[in-house]
Amino acid sequence: MRTTLSPETDASPTTLPEKTTIQLTINGSVHHLELAPWTSLLDALREYLHLTGTKKGCDHGQCGACTVLVDGKRINSCLTLAIMKEGAEITTIEGLAGENGLHPLQTAFIEHDAYQCGYCTPGQICSAVGLMNEGRAKTTDDIRELMSGNICRCGAYPHIVDAIQEVMKIDPKA
Amino acid sequence: MTKYIGKSMSRVDGVAKVTGKAKYAAEYSAPDLAYGYVVCSTIAKGKITRINTDEVLQIPGVIQLFTHENRPRLACFDLNYKDQDAPPGSPFRPLRDEKVVYNGQPIALVVAETFEIARYAASLVKVEYEQEDHDTALEHNLHRGRGPKSGVASLLKSPPPKPRGDFEKAFQAAPFKTTGQHIHSVEHHNPIEMFASTVVYEKNGKLTIYDKTQGAPNSQMYVAQVFNLPFKDVRVISPYVGGAFGSGLRPQYQLFLAVLAALELKRSVRVSLTRQQMFTFGHRPATVQNLSLGATADGTLDAIRHDAIAETSRFEDYFEIVVNWSGMLYPAENTKSTYDLVPLDVFTPLDMRAPGGVTGVPALEMEIDELAHKIGMDPIEFRLKNYTEKDMDQDLPFSSKELRECFRQGAERFGWSGRKPEPRSMRRGHTLIGWGMATGIWEASQGPARAEAVLTVNGKLRVTSATADIGTGTYTIMTQIAADTLGMPIEDVIFRLGDSDMPLAPIEGGSWTAATVGTAVKVACEDLGKKLFKMAQKMKNSPFADVKQDDITFADAHIRLKSDPSVAVSLLDIVGTNGGRAVSETSTSLPSMLEQRKYARAAHSAVFVEVEVDEDFGTVRVTRAVTAVAGGRILNPKTARSQIVGGMVWGISKALEEESVMDHQFGRFMNHNLSEYHVAVHADIRELDVIFVEENDTIVNPLGVKGLGEIGIVGMPAAVANAIFHATGKRVRSLPITLDKLL
Repeated sequence: MRTTLSPETDASPTTLPEKTTIQLTINGSVHHLELAPWTSLLDALREYLHLTGTKKGCDHGQCGACTVLVDGKRINSCLTLAIMKEGAEITTIEGLAGENGLHPLQTAFIEHDAYQCGYCTPGQICSAVGLMNEGRAKTTDDIRELMSGNICRCGAYPHIVDAIQEVMKIDPKA
Repeated sequence: MTKYIGKSMSRVDGVAKVTGKAKYAAEYSAPDLAYGYVVCSTIAKGKITRINTDEVLQIPGVIQLFTHENRPRLACFDLNYKDQDAPPGSPFRPLRDEKVVYNGQPIALVVAETFEIARYAASLVKVEYEQEDHDTALEHNLHRGRGPKSGVASLLKSPPPKPRGDFEKAFQAAPFKTTGQHIHSVEHHNPIEMFASTVVYEKNGKLTIYDKTQGAPNSQMYVAQVFNLPFKDVRVISPYVGGAFGSGLRPQYQLFLAVLAALELKRSVRVSLTRQQMFTFGHRPATVQNLSLGATADGTLDAIRHDAIAETSRFEDYFEIVVNWSGMLYPAENTKSTYDLVPLDVFTPLDMRAPGGVTGVPALEMEIDELAHKIGMDPIEFRLKNYTEKDMDQDLPFSSKELRECFRQGAERFGWSGRKPEPRSMRRGHTLIGWGMATGIWEASQGPARAEAVLTVNGKLRVTSATADIGTGTYTIMTQIAADTLGMPIEDVIFRLGDSDMPLAPIEGGSWTAATVGTAVKVACEDLGKKLFKMAQKMKNSPFADVKQDDITFADAHIRLKSDPSVAVSLLDIVGTNGGRAVSETSTSLPSMLEQRKYARAAHSAVFVEVEVDEDFGTVRVTRAVTAVAGGRILNPKTARSQIVGGMVWGISKALEEESVMDHQFGRFMNHNLSEYHVAVHADIRELDVIFVEENDTIVNPLGVKGLGEIGIVGMPAAVANAIFHATGKRVRSLPITLDKLL
């Protein structure tokens, strides 16, 4: 018999970070939130704004399900505190479709059956928008490499790549 | 009449999925929602001696800390904790007592006003243990193997077949033989959506539960029985499931903990697991297999021995069909097989995509490849020579089997005839090229199910069944079946699922949902059609007054006379005679056992793979693969292709990447996250091609479908391993085939 203790922590449990008012611009709308500063952008979206289209798949920046666009760049919203993004333009999956209907990538995903369970899909689509904004992908293999931060456990990869290269007008044989 | 069945159609839930509107278990809100965060044990075996509850409760915003010390009294019989997929034994009960039976066991739940506070408070929970020695290593305990206990689950999973002929004698006499030990360690499902339950505590004390599950009725039954609640007071809803692959076949512990907290606090509670906690329940069991094959001089496979030993927990006997596949694939006269379990201090394993099949078949198919190589026969030629039209163990013919055609069409598409048979004979510059192939098989089964079909007052068809769509395309194919059965335009048909209030369907798994629920939907729509026809006959001046049911057909939302389609009554007019009420019918479908038991029923596949292996670094890439599938009738080629492609990706991932590595000193998985538990990513997957071979089957079920959820993965790992052998001349029998094994 051995006695084991779980790891010691030296934090004082009685004081918690105080809530502050923060202002986030999401999909063109300004939201005022009372948030503790330790709240991730992902949790702010999902739990405080009920914008649940952005998904949590690991909370560690390893799966890409939480990908959103901040000033047009794709980021993992789980690795970002909401308070750090005051003043930025945040776009989530809910903000991609315009007045004229779905974003071309959304249409292409439906057309190519580029999903199965649909859970990683918002992250894949936002990541693909970011990829297109970056302008670095020139070939199908580039897409595969540069989309590798977004895991699709259902294995829809070939269809996701088909959808993206169709919208990017990349010749699959090039 | 099939206007939609067999047609490539985009998913009916597609828009919801690409716009973020599809809602999963952790995405429903409720007034005053509290958040639970689970604390897991850090030892594998022993007793909890102290938990610092008082300190944790002082943290502002913490509502309660639930442990074994303060949990309410719950059901005390094992039976109450059994779910539809429970193996024989005594199911694990969270917070039952101070005992720790595996590392990562949920031992406390912190409930707080916010997720952030719950997470923080959980990090401050201190637990003291009295630790005992544990044993978690299968490979050190093979001598403890013993047969699985039998129980209800054994009805669905057949035991190893009886021996045929005299294996020892035939093997000894065989001029060509091969023997190998195959090992794979634990794998975890890792759906991208983590397990979560949002339990809404309604004003009347009833519970509405949004749960991640492959069977809403399964979760409902579990909650009602464990917490001693009337079924009518528990409603489980699960319209979207972010992947499951078998992990949702049993209720997971967050459901128990969230319900417990909601009932105690009389408040709505959400509990989501972390990615690390996704490694603290069921998994594909580590398995060690020994295979010996013998062939006669002319290449007749004459002797097969297949012995498997898998791990299970100390409290339940989870077992799989691992050693039975050779009797369904090869007509060897002399066979012997055993399947044993070793109980260890781990959680009970759990069905994971093609359970047993993708364990046993790859090992068999690697040895088949090895034997063909030794004989000097082409792998396809060897398989064709040893082709069977019947299941040898059951001594039953197959209801249909177009595997020959899979070999032919797959080989042609892949360009197999250009293969040089010698290993290491094909290369591109510095890279070795390998071409390998393998066979896949998965049983086609059907269970009982219920569905309701309703023709609404505005002439729309609404069909429901409490099944699940875990990405499989269930929503879409059921809509197609319903539309065709009642001759409705598809845009006027809606199919709903994932609600325990709906007619009962079994848990969604094992590739049986298309057959099981599809038949129920068909029968419910047919019964509704009969009812509508009778109503049409009673209408004033009905053109059908003297017409028999056999003489009419349903088309374009009308009942029409077959001999003269212009004689018709619209369904809208018929429902209009019902006094402003919808017309509905609820039906049960049962498999026609009498007919089915005369046949063996299975889907087959032939898989062809090209790999590139870097000679210096041992890195492997699957550059292209072709799978030809004989899976009965294909309801929707678009979603069907996705099923097979997904299985192929899983097969590549299993062959090259997936492995949960345990530190046996702690009895704990070390790589419990998605950066260290490797799954295939975009860059790992190149060209994947799928062929559906035509296969007509009138026995399997009225729809002629065989199910496609598993068949895509089963043949893939061996095809990859065989391609690697062809590229390198190295036969690696332990999966995953990582670069260190090739250097």
